[in-house]
Amino acid sequence: MKINGTVAAAALLAAAMAGPAWAARTDLVLAMPLEPPHLDPTASAAAAIDEVFYANVFEGLTRVGERGEVLPGLAESWTISDDGNIYTFKLHPGVKYHDGTDFEASDVKFSLDRARGEKSVNAQKALFAAIEAVEAVDPLTVKVTLKQPQGSFLYNMAWGDAVIVAPESAETNKEKPIGTGPFKFQNWAKGSSITLVKADGYWGAPVFLDKAEVRFIPDAAAAIPALLSGDVQALPNFPLGDALPQVQADPRFKVVIGSTEGETVLATNNKRPPFDNLKVRQAIAYALDRKAIIDGATGGLGTPIGSHFAPHNPAYVDLTGTYPYDPAKARELLKEAGHPNGFKATLKLPPVGYARLGGEIIASQLREVGIDLQIIPVEWPVWLKTVFTDKDYDLSIVAHTEPNDIDIYARKDYYFQYDNPAFDKVIADLSLTSEETKRTELYKQAQEILADDAVNGFLFELPKIGIWDAKVEGLWQNSPIQANDLTKVKWVE
Amino acid sequence: MTAYLFKRVLFGLATLVLASMVVFAMLQVVPGDPARLMLGMNATEDQVQVLREQMGLNQPLVLQYLDWAGGLLRLDFGRSYTYSVEVSELVGERLAVSLPLALISLGLSTLVAIPLGLYAASRRGKTADAVSMGAAQIGMAMPNFWFALLLIYVFAVWLRLVPAGGFPGWSAGVWPALKALILPAVALALPQAAILARVTRSAMVEVLGQDYIRTARAKGMTARSVLWRHALRNVLIPVLTILGMQFAFLLAGTIIVENVFYLPGLGRLVFQAISQRDLVVVQSVVMLLVAAVILVNLLVDLSYALVDPRLRGNR
Repeated sequence: MKINGTVAAAALLAAAMAGPAWAARTDLVLAMPLEPPHLDPTASAAAAIDEVFYANVFEGLTRVGERGEVLPGLAESWTISDDGNIYTFKLHPGVKYHDGTDFEASDVKFSLDRARGEKSVNAQKALFAAIEAVEAVDPLTVKVTLKQPQGSFLYNMAWGDAVIVAPESAETNKEKPIGTGPFKFQNWAKGSSITLVKADGYWGAPVFLDKAEVRFIPDAAAAIPALLSGDVQALPNFPLGDALPQVQADPRFKVVIGSTEGETVLATNNKRPPFDNLKVRQAIAYALDRKAIIDGATGGLGTPIGSHFAPHNPAYVDLTGTYPYDPAKARELLKEAGHPNGFKATLKLPPVGYARLGGEIIASQLREVGIDLQIIPVEWPVWLKTVFTDKDYDLSIVAHTEPNDIDIYARKDYYFQYDNPAFDKVIADLSLTSEETKRTELYKQAQEILADDAVNGFLFELPKIGIWDAKVEGLWQNSPIQANDLTKVKWVE
Repeated sequence: MTAYLFKRVLFGLATLVLASMVVFAMLQVVPGDPARLMLGMNATEDQVQVLREQMGLNQPLVLQYLDWAGGLLRLDFGRSYTYSVEVSELVGERLAVSLPLALISLGLSTLVAIPLGLYAASRRGKTADAVSMGAAQIGMAMPNFWFALLLIYVFAVWLRLVPAGGFPGWSAGVWPALKALILPAVALALPQAAILARVTRSAMVEVLGQDYIRTARAKGMTARSVLWRHALRNVLIPVLTILGMQFAFLLAGTIIVENVFYLPGLGRLVFQAISQRDLVVVQSVVMLLVAAVILVNLLVDLSYALVDPRLRGNR
């Protein structure tokens, strides 16, 4: 009897102790380097907003999955008319906003009309440019009529800038975002963190986390100790630079290197002499040693590119061999272009590690062939004003992080100042084509034209460097869109 | 005394007006458009114009200035472009971190530095003097962020006594909030203490060499009471001056330490606002800081009069 009692007590004790260990943790603290300026993804270009709210708090008609594929979102299905002009979306029933109001077709109409309207301050207004009219047929059906067929329409609707908001809360989303997602916004301690908690009665697959806190740590040197001390359990996308080796060998953490949509280019002013000369641009292309640039600018983690296209995209063509590293050839081309002794130019660098580090290396590589670059470091507002808006620059280095953005080369008056009717034609055809094999073919043509024209120095695809607790699962390896999707994240033992 | 005070206040107000013009003009000269920054690279110029209109950026500059400066007079600091909340609210949140942090580190540095400086002065030329001033030298030479990281690795990563950074807010309780401020306060206090200790020591050394000290000693006062009754009062003047300057610095000049501990302080607010061209925030916070510096200097001036009766005469 006595023995039994002890055994029973021991068993009870063991059960009590083991209890909490069986139940996995349901909270997560992540850290990001940049803080959102406000919390409305439909009114700013800041990636940090999407990185907190996309798929977690706000949802669109469609959404982008981990491999860049378009998945159903608030629209559970859709049909496309034969001429490709009319999209009829069937909406999910029983969806509620976090403030308790119902999600209905009229909200979709409101959101899309607001984004494309005259007073719109949507940073990606072009996504909605093809829309002719939006009609709420019944509470669960939306009909979108396009001006002409648009192959990328469903993809466009999956952007963070195209999420569906309610008329009641649209104006206050900057401070108090109200969405339909599995997490609802709880608190924003400005300068510190944003807290999300699980939303009750979510319409989709239930999430594992009860609470997620996103902290803003500006400095890699501070992010590592925060991780080591256990205060923070995940750095999903953090440019750690030299601090990376410090945690790489630590078995408590997983280091996950993935790809992004960030094509990093040596942006070139194609209308400004001598860069208006194809031979000069080709010479620069021959003078660039991508391997050395990638090693120096990204710790060897970037993927080389030969045109403006992400290597993980199914339509990608490897064009890195178009102008292989060949300084002798570069000097020869410069001579043919009338610059036997090279020339002087400026290189304006924004305040990001890859640009500042890569800039030094590129300047020394171009000096080898006689091009003498003066490096001018600038901060972002100055870069946007002088380089991007006023086009007052020779060369610059920047990563273009918008997904699938090869069409920027067809934009009139874009800061590359590239103008090629043949390329514009391909992009125009592309926007009218929705058949997948034809689109792939057109994408290939577009990539080849840019590579041959050496529009910019095509350097590398920016890597996504993620580190998190080895017991955390479900964070994305790649970043096909600016997001930290927490819907599948969980702790495992 | 009253006339003196009146003169100082008037002078302070003139400084404020001048500062408001300089700050406003400077931010207009720096290139960068807050609307374009918000909308990024994919927005069209038309859209940027729509947002500029909404932000009130298309008004003539003089009007913009008067609008803002007039608001200041009514204690209305304006609305942040990026956060779209009242600047006073933003600043209030940040002061809840920066003010206690400044006070704690000032308190720490005073507690350490003044006894150390006095002790070194009293042992002038001896080993104790050399050791303590050598330590102060190291304290001054040590880079702030490096010392901060050292503290984090020892007390947060290794011993796990305090968090590695961040600020839970006072709503989380006094103790958790204080715990978050301890390491940054120590990191900030060290160089301040080093400077203060050196100033205290040299002021004391100088005072101890004065005739009136010798006279007091000759009258038969003990070394101790000479130190407390005569010397210390005179030492306080340079020390108070330094303290005033340090307080002003600690309020907003601590951006590096704030970054290492990722604290939501005033320094980071200004830094973020500058990089986002949130002009209203930058202008208003800088004005607040100017006002704070003027006020602190005024208080320091007044405290001179308290410690030094000679300054209480008609000036």
